[in-house]
Amino acid sequence: MAPLLQLSGVSKRYGGVQANAGIDLRVDAGTIHAILGENGAGKSTLMKLIYGVERPDEGQVFWQGQAVALSSPSDARRLGIGMVFQHFSLFETLSVVQNMALIVPGSKAELATRIRDLGAAFGLSVDPQAMVHSLSVGERQRVEIIRCLLLNPKLLILDEPTSVLPPQSVALLFDTLRALRAKGMAILFISHKLEEIRELCDCATILRQGRVTARLDPRQGTAHDLATLMIGRPMPPPVHPTPHGLGEERLALTALSFANEDPFGVSLKDVSLSVRGGEILGIAGISGNGQQELAALISGEIALKSSASSVTLMSHPVGDLGAAARRKRGLAFVPEDRLGRGAVPDMSLADNALLTAHSRGLVQNGFINRKAERAFTAECITRFDVRTAGPQAEAGSLSGGNLQKFIMGREMMLNPSVLLVAQPTWGVDIGAASEIRQRLVAMRNAGAAIVVISEEIDELFEICDRLQVLHKGHLSPSLDVAATSVEQIGTYMIGAAA
Amino acid sequence: MKITFERRAALSRPVLFAAPVIALSLAMLTSLILFAALGKPAGQALYSLLLEPFVGWYNISEVLLKMGPLMLIAQGLAIGFRANVFNIGAEGQLIIGALCASALPVYFPEGSSPLMLPAMIAMGALGGAAWAGIAAGLRVRFNANEILVTLMLTLIATQVLNYLLLGPWKDPHGFNFPQSVTFPDAALLPILLTGTRVNISLLAALLVSALAYVMMRHRFSGYQLLVGGLAPRAARYAGFTEARAVWVSLLLGGLMAGLAGACEVAGPLGQLQRSVSTGYGYSAIIVAYLGGLNPLGIVVSAFLMAALFIGGDNAMVSADLPVAAVFVFQGLLLVFYLASLTFIRHRVILNWTRRA
Ligand SMILES: Nc1ncnc2c1ncn2[C@@H]1O[C@H](COP(=O)(O)OP(=O)(O)OP(=O)(O)O)[C@@H](O)[C@H]1O
Ligand SMILES: [Mg+2]
Repeated sequence: MAPLLQLSGVSKRYGGVQANAGIDLRVDAGTIHAILGENGAGKSTLMKLIYGVERPDEGQVFWQGQAVALSSPSDARRLGIGMVFQHFSLFETLSVVQNMALIVPGSKAELATRIRDLGAAFGLSVDPQAMVHSLSVGERQRVEIIRCLLLNPKLLILDEPTSVLPPQSVALLFDTLRALRAKGMAILFISHKLEEIRELCDCATILRQGRVTARLDPRQGTAHDLATLMIGRPMPPPVHPTPHGLGEERLALTALSFANEDPFGVSLKDVSLSVRGGEILGIAGISGNGQQELAALISGEIALKSSASSVTLMSHPVGDLGAAARRKRGLAFVPEDRLGRGAVPDMSLADNALLTAHSRGLVQNGFINRKAERAFTAECITRFDVRTAGPQAEAGSLSGGNLQKFIMGREMMLNPSVLLVAQPTWGVDIGAASEIRQRLVAMRNAGAAIVVISEEIDELFEICDRLQVLHKGHLSPSLDVAATSVEQIGTYMIGAAA
Repeated sequence: MKITFERRAALSRPVLFAAPVIALSLAMLTSLILFAALGKPAGQALYSLLLEPFVGWYNISEVLLKMGPLMLIAQGLAIGFRANVFNIGAEGQLIIGALCASALPVYFPEGSSPLMLPAMIAMGALGGAAWAGIAAGLRVRFNANEILVTLMLTLIATQVLNYLLLGPWKDPHGFNFPQSVTFPDAALLPILLTGTRVNISLLAALLVSALAYVMMRHRFSGYQLLVGGLAPRAARYAGFTEARAVWVSLLLGGLMAGLAGACEVAGPLGQLQRSVSTGYGYSAIIVAYLGGLNPLGIVVSAFLMAALFIGGDNAMVSADLPVAAVFVFQGLLLVFYLASLTFIRHRVILNWTRRA
């Protein structure tokens, strides 16, 4: 029988970048096929070619043995291809169910029930009536997955679906995917988490610089072997920080409460935390429990006019100050959503450096110093190994992981006294992720106070000194990483702890 | 056949320059058909509309005269548009600017102080800014939509103008016409090109264009406005406040429109009239977009739009076109331009193969 999907010699070029070069790929019904590769290897591009978002410069796409030329996602959907994008494609001003109704047939009431049912079955619960703009990145990811499943495709493309899902949801999602495979669905699965790939996938294709460098069965061999194939060197070891002396208190929240006006947002109740120079505090928890609000309250994107002293930076009350004033006092921040918040997609990397690094000599007497701007950007690109054409490349053209590296790099290069990072390694390949963790630990050792908000328990346990868990707007007491366990954190995460 | 649009990795330079030309050609073609359908001499109409403004020194100087205020207002508006602050009421700000500037010569019709003119210009500019500032204040304080507020303020400005010209400011020796006294020489702008009506405000407009260029290209304050327009959440993340963007955009827009109003009464009009603006405030919106919201582009588009103004007047006379036809032509131009802009950002792919 002809394979469900076959690509032969597919190439795609963006300006000077050969994103895909002569790729052959075969996907059979009833299999889960992994696509692996470093950031910028061309995985998302290949998926966009299959889904009709982009068109190949060369090569052929065969669907059930027939040559097809897909010119739009609706063509692909008609054939039975569904895709969940790495960067989201939801309309922020519409509700969840309205977004679904745009491409899924059926009445809204009916859809809402199906969304709830699917959500319950797969552990991907979202409120169908919630407005998308009030959802966290993790929740948006769930919406995208559910929307795709509602269409019941023959081929499902998942571009890094698990990077923002909590572990429990990942387990449930995998059960779902296995059940769908048993029913004959084919799945293309992209992830940087090699253990997941080994657990789930039947075969794997590895890309490097746009070319296929290996095809293999991921269940044979270890994650270590896969990593070596993927990044061309062995997987770097984890970086557990060693205990050392602490500095003075840099950031504190004292009994901070925040009543969210958005009915679908989370209100924070009586949140307290304190971070000193030379330590990393991890905020664990499933996204949608107030992480967004907490981050915005610390960054100053939400300022509380009436309670200045509930947030202090270097012992100064800053709760009523905006983001710029807090940055001036030594705060830097990497938000969870990089396109449109951490970076302006339509501006060059150089102009994106200016966004937060303007105080580092990039602006003189109100004039932008282009030379300094370019130098800063170029340094960020080399130091953080951002794979891109150069400082003039538009932020929107970078691969997901590379943009994340750029934003991390920019904020770290500010040498902040306090660094707040949401999802530091989200979408970043394993080599780069370990690099980022090492740098975070190095900053801690140099005396910075760091807060990491992450859903990845392993990561938190690897780099943090202490953990606090956010659940429904409540923050747990501080737990020493050395004295706690994944299980204990887990009970806090679902609100089961006393 | 199937047509798809693919986002380009970078803006297409050739298309950036071709877009206005394509828009102009399409607008010409469409209006040819329209004029013919109206039973008007289409060839004659287009000749009057597009070529006649450039025939003869007098026509060209009239184009330059109209170009000044259009350019001035459009530069101010474009700054706001790029920050997603939509000031649609430049017309009203122009009227208020003209009013404020006229106050001095109206109350001192025999004035001869050399300070009169600079004071008029300053009052006009500040008056326009203050009028736009009302919209900014309402937007920042109550989140009132600036599109509606500026538009409504224009209606109010028109009524204020009517009131003054029909009442307290009416020229007592003016045969009851709704217009002010004619201004003394000390209240008039010096002529730039002798033998024409072109005054030095054209230079001011060019200077403002240069300043706008520097601000949007090289100043951090301009960059902050751009970020606010392109990605509001990124602006909030970086701590560029929206309130500041609203104030800066509206005040600058109002300042320029007010300045233009002052230059009209102190220039070609020489008095305050009900027809102080012939739609400059609205046409400047088109000028701003035709110029790609780019200060240099606006210089060119202001010139073209001014020519169209003159051409429109000519066409009404020589081809017996109704005044609406001129507006239709302007509208067509804008619509086609905005459509062709799509090609700057996107590549069109024609797919001849049949779908599977
Ligand atoms: N629209 C675009 N314009 C220009 N270059 C692009 C565009 N999209 C992708 N690229 C380039 O193509 C290459 C492959 O990008 P792609 O997004 O496919 O990588 P990826 O394997 O998905 O990486 P990641 O793991 O970081 O998501 C990168 O070098 C990227 O910069
Ligand atoms: Mg990708």
